[in-house]
Amino acid sequence: MVRNRPRGENIIRFDNVGLRYGLGPEVLQDVSFALPAGSFHFLTGPSGAGKSSLLRLMYLGLRPTRGRVMLFDRDIAQTQRYELPALRRRIGVVFQDFRLIDHLSALDNVALPLRVRGVKENEVQKHVPELLSWVGLADQLQSKPPTLSGGQKQRVAIARAVIGRPDLLLADEPTGNVDDHIAMRLLYLFEELNKLGTTILIATHSEQLVGRFSHHPRLHIEHGTVMQVS
Amino acid sequence: MLGRRSDLPLRGDATSRYLPWLVALMVFLSAVAIAGAFALNGMIDRWDRDVAGTLTVQVTPVTGDGGEALTEDRVKAAAEVMRRTPGILAVRPLDKQQTLALLEPWLGSTEVVQDLPLPRLIDVTVDSDARIDLAAVSERLTKAVPGATIDDHRVWLSRLINLSRTIQWLALAIVGLIGAVTSLAVIYATRTGMSVHHGVIEVLHLIGAHDDYIARQFADRAFSLGFGGGLIGLGMAVPALTAIGWAARRVEGGFVPQLTLPFTAFVVIGTLPAVAAVVAMLAARVTVHGSLARMP
Repeated sequence: MVRNRPRGENIIRFDNVGLRYGLGPEVLQDVSFALPAGSFHFLTGPSGAGKSSLLRLMYLGLRPTRGRVMLFDRDIAQTQRYELPALRRRIGVVFQDFRLIDHLSALDNVALPLRVRGVKENEVQKHVPELLSWVGLADQLQSKPPTLSGGQKQRVAIARAVIGRPDLLLADEPTGNVDDHIAMRLLYLFEELNKLGTTILIATHSEQLVGRFSHHPRLHIEHGTVMQVS
Repeated sequence: MLGRRSDLPLRGDATSRYLPWLVALMVFLSAVAIAGAFALNGMIDRWDRDVAGTLTVQVTPVTGDGGEALTEDRVKAAAEVMRRTPGILAVRPLDKQQTLALLEPWLGSTEVVQDLPLPRLIDVTVDSDARIDLAAVSERLTKAVPGATIDDHRVWLSRLINLSRTIQWLALAIVGLIGAVTSLAVIYATRTGMSVHHGVIEVLHLIGAHDDYIARQFADRAFSLGFGGGLIGLGMAVPALTAIGWAARRVEGGFVPQLTLPFTAFVVIGTLPAVAAVVAMLAARVTVHGSLARMP
């Protein structure tokens, strides 16, 4: 799925974006930044700073109250609603609360992005077990989320986000519930994906994790504003 | 359609468990209404056919001494006028016993009216292709036999047909209302289902599912529930209609014409489960599309 896009060209760009929920105060104010294609960023900031809201804007779960969001060279405000699913399919998302579907097996959860794209079932049955094996869940293919541990759920969520080889991967605290060994393994998986061309943004409040991968730049969010930190 | 994969756990939904029973009841009522409309149509056709080729001449009786013989003369004179009229195929005066026999279903024993001066009737069969000027025939008849009247049954029939047609339209309106109520029930069940499974729908939406991918899953479920319920309703309607037909055949004396349904009626009633399923499917699909359109 990853398109060959020249590195340096922006995958996503925010210009003076503001966001408020209902009539409440702005949770994001004048946010401006850009993620070049093929980049790997961390998004850091304290709890409640607006990391999840920023990610929701990026994966098109919300529309900004003001400002301009450019995604894959498309101005989201000018994009017709029926065109949005095609853009969403180019984004892989690891939700903070996993958002796995409880009545579906791990295999079916991971297969969802492929099935909504109409990928043939024999392809699904070939690639999904392969990826689940890679994240250490080869013996849990038919297990349903309620029977999995927090760490296992997280790995299923990550597998679901990357199965479609997205152009942009957004992960909200993807290593929050796993031990160090698994966390490193997942980060290496993200780096592998990044080498293949996927643009990565990982939201975390773990300074330890960011420190270990300090060669990647980060965006820091605090009080609803974003700063680029090299 | 019935065996397609569903990502939404709609099978276990408590909100849609009652839906097949509701559809069953609706299909049952629709089947009865449609059967009624078709049966009425058949009755109207039969009345029309029976009456179209006949006229009835009524001769008032003469009372007093020798009245019987004078009445008989009047009947003969009236019959002669009718026989001379072009387009008349047969003229059959009814004697007093035959006239009394016609009254028997209403009065029971006719012994009490044996001595009453009863009007005499002449049954006239008309060539259905002939154009008879009834006004002219009636004038000739009145000149020959004062007090004789001619009845082509049209006034009586047209009132009966009007009533029957009104009942038919009412039956069709009931079927339309039943369709509307079924759609509303499906819309309510679908909205409740969407609310219950909002989380799953949001995930599907965010990973790039088109609205139709999600709507199709609700529509498939509504179709299978509607079809199942429709079959139950049809299963209830068949014995009920058979029982009504059997009861109607048992009524004696020709008060109720024989109730028979044409082949088309069986076809229409037989397709009701499929129609109910399609209505449910469309209602669910439109509802889901409407709700999803409000998502970003």
